[in-house]
Amino acid sequence: MSYLAEGFSLRSWLTTNDHKRIAVLYMVAITAFFFVGGAAATLIRLELATPAGDLVQPETYNKLFTIHGVVMVWFFLIPSIPSVLGNFLVPLMVGARDMAFPRLNLASWYIYVLGGLFTVATLIAGGVDTGWTFYTPYSTMFSNGNVLLAVAGVFIVGFSSILTGLNIIVTVHRLRAPGLTWFRLPLFVWANYATSLILILATPVLAMTLCLVALERVFHVGIFDPALGGDPLLFQHLFWFYSHPAVYIMVLPAMGVASEIIPCFARRPVFGYRFMAYAILAIASIGFLVWGHHMFVSGQSLYAGLVFSMLSFLVAIPSAIKVFNWTATLYKGSITFAAPMLYALGFVGLFTIGGMTGLFLAATAVDVHLTDTYFVIAHFHYIMVGGSVMCYLGGIHFWWPKISGRMYPEMWGRAAALLIFFGFNLTFFPQYLLGWLGMPRRYHAYPPELQLLNVFSSAGAVVLALGYLLPLGYLGWSLLYGKKAPPNPWQATGLEWQTASPPPKHNFEHEPVVHQGPYAYDPVR
Amino acid sequence: MSFWTLPAASDTAQRVDRLFFALLGVTGTVTLAIFVLMIFFSIRYRRGSRAARERPPTSNRALELGWTLTPLALFVGIFVWAAGVYGSFYKRDPAAATVYVVGKQWMWKVEHANGRREIDELHLPVGQPVRLVLATEDVIHSFYVPAFRIKQDAVPGRYTAISFTPTTVGEYRLHCAEYCGTDHAHMGGRVFVLPAPAFARWLEEGNPAPSLAAQGFDLFRRKGCSGCHEPGSSVHAPDLKNIAGRIVHLADGRAVLADEAYLRDSMLVPKRDVVAGYEPIMPSFQGQLDEGEIAALIAYLKERR
Repeated sequence: MSYLAEGFSLRSWLTTNDHKRIAVLYMVAITAFFFVGGAAATLIRLELATPAGDLVQPETYNKLFTIHGVVMVWFFLIPSIPSVLGNFLVPLMVGARDMAFPRLNLASWYIYVLGGLFTVATLIAGGVDTGWTFYTPYSTMFSNGNVLLAVAGVFIVGFSSILTGLNIIVTVHRLRAPGLTWFRLPLFVWANYATSLILILATPVLAMTLCLVALERVFHVGIFDPALGGDPLLFQHLFWFYSHPAVYIMVLPAMGVASEIIPCFARRPVFGYRFMAYAILAIASIGFLVWGHHMFVSGQSLYAGLVFSMLSFLVAIPSAIKVFNWTATLYKGSITFAAPMLYALGFVGLFTIGGMTGLFLAATAVDVHLTDTYFVIAHFHYIMVGGSVMCYLGGIHFWWPKISGRMYPEMWGRAAALLIFFGFNLTFFPQYLLGWLGMPRRYHAYPPELQLLNVFSSAGAVVLALGYLLPLGYLGWSLLYGKKAPPNPWQATGLEWQTASPPPKHNFEHEPVVHQGPYAYDPVR
Repeated sequence: MSFWTLPAASDTAQRVDRLFFALLGVTGTVTLAIFVLMIFFSIRYRRGSRAARERPPTSNRALELGWTLTPLALFVGIFVWAAGVYGSFYKRDPAAATVYVVGKQWMWKVEHANGRREIDELHLPVGQPVRLVLATEDVIHSFYVPAFRIKQDAVPGRYTAISFTPTTVGEYRLHCAEYCGTDHAHMGGRVFVLPAPAFARWLEEGNPAPSLAAQGFDLFRRKGCSGCHEPGSSVHAPDLKNIAGRIVHLADGRAVLADEAYLRDSMLVPKRDVVAGYEPIMPSFQGQLDEGEIAALIAYLKERR
């Protein structure tokens, strides 16, 4: 009996300890938040279709980009792949019956929902206008928005990240099937493992920082505001000590997804498997040492800036290694182009552009001109949307047969992938040019000579919005009318494909035994 | 302003642009190479093609080392180049004219050495090195002139500074680049780079105010500084003659440069950096001096010989 057939009542879902059901709960919740954040983004782009600030009030605009950032970062991107696909797949991929701590897993979802309720309450109470970065002293001493509510939501959702991270780490360490050594693990497991390390090491720093913001805002304890004896740069150091590694929380799991999809549809083992695994660990560790590159014009010491610049170049190297290895995986393959592969190839291209433009921002002198402009916006959207969202969707399509037991309609899947790729580039590529031309971010109105590029970007956002609505429609349709999925529709390797689609409650009829490395594909003509 | 290009109106702009376009060349080439390879492989090795697929490699140590070390070498080069240009933004040129800029929700207030003030505008002479000293009265702002490729945050509680030389006469956009609240998008204006004679005329016209240093001298007496810091005062306080730019030895053994930031801190947080041989008796002037008055006092101290 499949895990989906274990019970149909709401109660059976809300009290489940099954990692697969919890993954589905997460999927529903983050999809809802994705469309909240997306609606805010749509309004932002509509406002920016004309240079004058004429659609919404400046306060409203400031609240829109704040809620867009808060929701997309903490309620969509960070939980997206680890909590949905990671939750569903890590136990299956290591041949385990469930996560190491199933009840903690459910608790993490409830904590996520609680944090989400605070964020919804922030919206209902009138929003918050600090930007997702909560920079002090604006957030502590000047903003009139609902800073405390918003901060509380982010503080709470952090614990859900920590619990998911803890669960994945223990699961990978303790519950691997016989014969599944570390270097036989799929790269998706490596990526989620490394991500989990970052989650449990960095998230507590964010929690402390947000507590300090609340302390200063409520009790006027001087921590960040110099008028009270504090230092505003201290906030930036603490915030980015979490928030830069958070970028890798968002993109490492995406790299893991791409590393599953590309070998499967190229019918080739991933090229340079060990280097790929080491690169993941290198990104996770060096990623902790680069936070100061957000602060090259902040007044931090010149020499600190130089150290952070060099370290930022270093962290780009393992990312480059990964791109080269994905490309080499295609060599002498036998390639087909189902929707997951289109997403994965699109990811490699967009991630390459996002990574290359990151070098401009790591180069101190160039960053001085480009930081806090649309160049930065374009750069991190190429990484987070072009990277993480593309791979999240690619992964959802790839494992949809496993999750739902149904095939999605392939033509629709490909059409949506292409539409999203096109809409994404139309939205964000012009923003690189806008940034180079000196359009600052978080601007409700802008100089008229920059309108044409903004119109392109806004038009792209409309295409992108349509692209994102498509999967919601046809994946929903497939739940009822899709073809029944066989256990392994892609002829993929990996333990998750060796059980039924959808899997039974405890994943495997018999505990699997592993005799070889991952990606044992043979190219066929 | 033309649609695709941004004027490069300062020495920094030209240096940044050279680096930017070099980076664009390198990253563009590599990106293109990756895309071409991906597309080429996708077509040549599509399922059903006749391409040979014997003995496909799964790993290659030399290749991995190659594509690790080549970017590393390239990155070190870019880092050094960028660091050199970045350093020049913060170099102290004794010939540079100091202009004080104060950010305040949502305007930029500018004070020139001769006392001329302007709001949301900055007039500069072409070819004259200039050093902007930035402060803020409320939240963090960021002084951004795209045509100069310079940007510097104004941070509460401290001075920050950035140096450059305008090289082209013209009118350029000025922005606030760090989000600062409701009217952030409207916090900005224009920078005018004038030929030297025109700038000299501009400085004089409509400027009834005495020079910044003269205002500072006036404040020095009115706020009671002179009561202790004049030679012959009964209070034992450091003599401030030639103070600016000097190395000061502190009671805790440190030696610090008496730059604008030090002088500012000495007025607002005098107990932090007590001069060796003196008692920590000076009261803080926090709340009694605004940023404009502090700038005037510093301008005066710089001229006090």
